[in-house]
Amino acid sequence: MDIELLKQANAERAARRAVILATDLETGAATLHRESDPRTGDLGAALTRAFDSGKSGSVEVAGRQLFLNVHVPPARLVVIGAVHISQALAPMARLVGLDVEIIDPRTAFATPERFPDTALSAEWPETVLATRPLDAFTALAAVTHDPKIDDYPLEAALRANCFYVGALGSRKTHAKRVERLVAAGLSEAEIARIRAPIGLPIGAASPAEIAVSVLAEIIGALRTRASRQMETLA
Amino acid sequence: MTSNLLGQGTDPLALAERWVGEGRKVALATVVETWGSAPRPVGSHLVIDSEGNFEGSVSGGCVEGAVVGEAIDVLESRAPKMLEFGVADETAWQVGLSCGGRIKVYVEPVA
Repeated sequence: MDIELLKQANAERAARRAVILATDLETGAATLHRESDPRTGDLGAALTRAFDSGKSGSVEVAGRQLFLNVHVPPARLVVIGAVHISQALAPMARLVGLDVEIIDPRTAFATPERFPDTALSAEWPETVLATRPLDAFTALAAVTHDPKIDDYPLEAALRANCFYVGALGSRKTHAKRVERLVAAGLSEAEIARIRAPIGLPIGAASPAEIAVSVLAEIIGALRTRASRQMETLA
Repeated sequence: MTSNLLGQGTDPLALAERWVGEGRKVALATVVETWGSAPRPVGSHLVIDSEGNFEGSVSGGCVEGAVVGEAIDVLESRAPKMLEFGVADETAWQVGLSCGGRIKVYVEPVA
């Protein structure tokens, strides 16, 4: 492999951006594909599938056997609100392989006793996100019900192009939230990316069941990232 | 969702870059195909230098020794090579992929 190609791939990986190294196993020739690069034809479709699944493997394109080595950064989940739902969501999300972090400035909620083995910040989201910024491989779920706490991280998540942005609250609550986000300068299309009401509609009836519906929605968003990106461009 | 720890010295691709920067001759081995109960997934890397130093894993320890030997040959010939290990192959049985799986490993120079 060409060292310059390796350097470029490593720089992308260090910046938590997904790349695929495609190697022709006959000739050894390799190419680097960033997720932001245009994807067309059979190779493009194979790259989109690989970016979505995160799985490496061989594909045959135009009579050539290409090995696609997929490098996707570990996905994170940032939960705004150290509430009941989060207590169920944190361990489930860890099982699925997400790096979980809970943020809630209300010190009565954000206690290690309520969240064992979980990265927890009893600080304002503004403070925490300044040091650990959101990115395209981060999911954000805002579940406090309190605009003072939820609004800033929701706006930050949309601007950072988080692969999932969900907000708890009724349709009425969400309508008011949309007005505030419009006033903050976000476009209708950006705001439409917020999943609200949060979670898949499975009739969830308890905090733990809501957590299941949210986690399933997050997985769905993660595994369709690259295909949705293609639809947006189409 | 793997937990490759970039910058902590354990990431084979980051290490390959660093070793080349230090002037070492470096080969990269990659698992490109697996059948059965292969211990390491497709895409796993082993990075090897011409002195036989290596980091990473392509089989959880079963065939690393053989891959390192082949990698040193690849560094001399400068030509990539495809290796196959599995229980069906007598040599591979000797090097010990006894877990019952079969793997294909692509070894190439990095330069």
